[in-house]
Amino acid sequence: MQIMSLFPEWILSHGAASIVIIPLLLAVITAVNSSARLAWATVLGVTALCAFTALGLLLQVMSFGPIHYNMGGWAPPMGIGYYIDGLNAPLLLLISVVAFLCTLYALPSVVAEVEPKKHGPFYAAFLISLAGLLGMVATADAFNVFVFLEVSSISTYVLVAMGASRDRRALSSSFNYLIMGSIGATFFVIGIGFLYMQTGTLNMMDMARLLQEIGPGDRVVQLAFAFIAIGLGLKLAMFPLHMWLPGAYAYAPSFFTAFLAATATKAALYLLLRFTFTVFDPNWDYIAIAVMILLAGMGILGMVAASLQAIFQNDIRRVLAYSSVAQVGYMLLGVGMATTLGLTAGYLHMINHAIMKGALFLAVGAFWYRFGITQVSDMRGLGKTMPWTMAGFTIAGISLIGVPGTVGFVSKLILVEAAAENGWWWAIGVIVATSVLAIIYVGRMIEQAYFKPVPQINDRPVRRNEAPLAMLIPLWVLALASLAFGIQTEWLMNLAEAAAQVLSAGSNTVIPGGAYALPAPIGGH
Amino acid sequence: MAAFFEHFNFVVVIVLMMTGLFVVFATQNMIKKLVGLSVFQTSVFLLYISLSKVSGAQPPIIAKKDLYGASYGTGGGYDSASSSVPDSTYQAAEVLYSNPLPHVLILTAIVVGVATLAIGLALVVRVREVYGTIEDDEINKIDYNINLEGVAK
Amino acid sequence: MSNQNSQSPHIILRVVSKILIPLIALFALYVHFHGDYGPGGGFQAGVIFASAIILYALIFGLEEAKRAVPPSWVRICMSLGVLVYGGTGVATWILGGEFLNFTSFAPDSTHAAGQHWGILAVELGVLFAVTGAMVAIFYAFGSREPDLKDEDW
Repeated sequence: MQIMSLFPEWILSHGAASIVIIPLLLAVITAVNSSARLAWATVLGVTALCAFTALGLLLQVMSFGPIHYNMGGWAPPMGIGYYIDGLNAPLLLLISVVAFLCTLYALPSVVAEVEPKKHGPFYAAFLISLAGLLGMVATADAFNVFVFLEVSSISTYVLVAMGASRDRRALSSSFNYLIMGSIGATFFVIGIGFLYMQTGTLNMMDMARLLQEIGPGDRVVQLAFAFIAIGLGLKLAMFPLHMWLPGAYAYAPSFFTAFLAATATKAALYLLLRFTFTVFDPNWDYIAIAVMILLAGMGILGMVAASLQAIFQNDIRRVLAYSSVAQVGYMLLGVGMATTLGLTAGYLHMINHAIMKGALFLAVGAFWYRFGITQVSDMRGLGKTMPWTMAGFTIAGISLIGVPGTVGFVSKLILVEAAAENGWWWAIGVIVATSVLAIIYVGRMIEQAYFKPVPQINDRPVRRNEAPLAMLIPLWVLALASLAFGIQTEWLMNLAEAAAQVLSAGSNTVIPGGAYALPAPIGGH
Repeated sequence: MAAFFEHFNFVVVIVLMMTGLFVVFATQNMIKKLVGLSVFQTSVFLLYISLSKVSGAQPPIIAKKDLYGASYGTGGGYDSASSSVPDSTYQAAEVLYSNPLPHVLILTAIVVGVATLAIGLALVVRVREVYGTIEDDEINKIDYNINLEGVAK
Repeated sequence: MSNQNSQSPHIILRVVSKILIPLIALFALYVHFHGDYGPGGGFQAGVIFASAIILYALIFGLEEAKRAVPPSWVRICMSLGVLVYGGTGVATWILGGEFLNFTSFAPDSTHAAGQHWGILAVELGVLFAVTGAMVAIFYAFGSREPDLKDEDW
């Protein structure tokens, strides 16, 4: 493994913990920082370091297998363990890379949207949110998941509300998100409580082992699954529980919307996958039924209903937010098939959606930054006034539709294959139909931008006014990524297949034999 | 009826949980929503705390006299007694303790609850300053035209 | 808040709280340092310490309290707490252990001295952070100008 020598020793030995700790610690330094530039530079450095660490972890997982890290030297199940495998390592990389790109973008956009005095705390909240997301993905302790879930959510409420200087509706949206998010997290923690009641452990792998002994007939465990599924369903905006999402996405500061859309629901979806497939046993009757009816069924409903709603929105960000709910539906459909191919499709779409939705929201932020545009009807002539930004938007947009040669096409194709393999022909019909709906809502915006004349001010057309480079670079990195991974599909496919392997291996194989010996009592020797 | 009294703690938890959830959904007043949310979260705290009770057990504080012998506390705390604690002393000291772990978990959950409540109240203060009301339906009414035209002030 | 003369009607409250506040602060420290041996610890101590400052603010007014404990200190106190906590973990990293593996402070100790030092340092961080956070929340809500008067309600 030649490439591993690029990474310093401490990433290999402490990476699993440091990826969470570093943003958390530097967040508090950022919070007392009065210089906006310095705060931004700190965040940029931290996110770059996180991305580097995540890459190291991913390569390590790919070449040497899962990583166990015992917090405080206490071996699980007594202590809190961090566990990185093929399922969460790609997600860590995704979250930190998107965070890095969004930070790059934040320099001009935050100056325009947040008053200078608040920059330090604002960036600090962003870092805490990032640490929370990374933490809930990296940890193997069920209660620790809840803590990090709330760490990331609470800072997210704050950041969404910071959009109030731009649009006052950010306040009520943030409040709704707070109520829904807290109920979701509380449902989740009730579920964990029931599991703890039956197993007496909080470590996920230990839990899986003990749940196997308890078996599928236990009513309390069934209840626990229901609570966990609903709680996480709220967090990941599963169809009927998505009402907080459009408001939160539409009124948050632009760079944070991009970050939120690309990562937050993905981390919650990861948790749902982790619990359903590796802690519980997907072969148990009620889990199998729940996966098929709840995940696939709600996924299908969400795809259709949210796509229809997206068509009738005027606000660009609301269009994209409803489209996000629909895209979560695709992921859930893939997961709901519960076959390896279906899980691969769901996981792949999770990564791909982060890439393209991130690019779309970054472009929309740039439209607002230059022209104050929030409405679809105001987008006319953008193809001439902001050609580069609009080109990036268009690439990500056609990827969202699923045009061949883009990442959106790859994951939809695999989803169709998985559905065909399962014999779910009606699902293929729905996928095609919602793709047509996507053509309508994306096409509407592209039509405004390219086929409508440039608006006139004082009888003269608006001049060309391209977004600053700090905004264009992250946008184009994501847009080009959605093209590159659409053509060179192998790399992402390998990641998704590895993740699907972890999931379909289920709860029976993740327990490393004998790795969880009880620690010796302290002080004894 | 016996089952009712045997599981009285769960009855309390369920009543509180449903009360809290109902208040969150039924009221339009933002403060009352937060009150409901707090009641809902508190019910979960009670659920966890009642899990930790082991009947006939004492609080989970190690009686050091049992553990370290009678000389504990003289001549500088642990140092004096530390060197020779045989394993048999450990076993002899085994008393039935209540489970301390849920308490620690709930301490964390309480902090989370306080933080959520603080953020929620701060948002309500800002909403009151901007809209002049904290009723959800009135806010929707005020924003109705904005939502239709999609242009904010 | 300038009428600090004895004509103020709250003289009993003022005198009593003047006696109580140092005791509350002292009790907070007791709860913190005794947290190693019995119930208590940084979190409870932090809340008790913050309650001393909040009591001062309630009796003598927010402006007085802000002169005694400036808001900028409070923010630094919060950050310092997290840094002390995390710094302990980083120190264990440097000493070659896992994050927060306190044993690496005193690996040769026969009676887990490292665990004692480590947990005290961490709890000290918690004390700072909780005190800071509680006072900051109080200041944030307390220093808002009320935009409606008593008769508006």
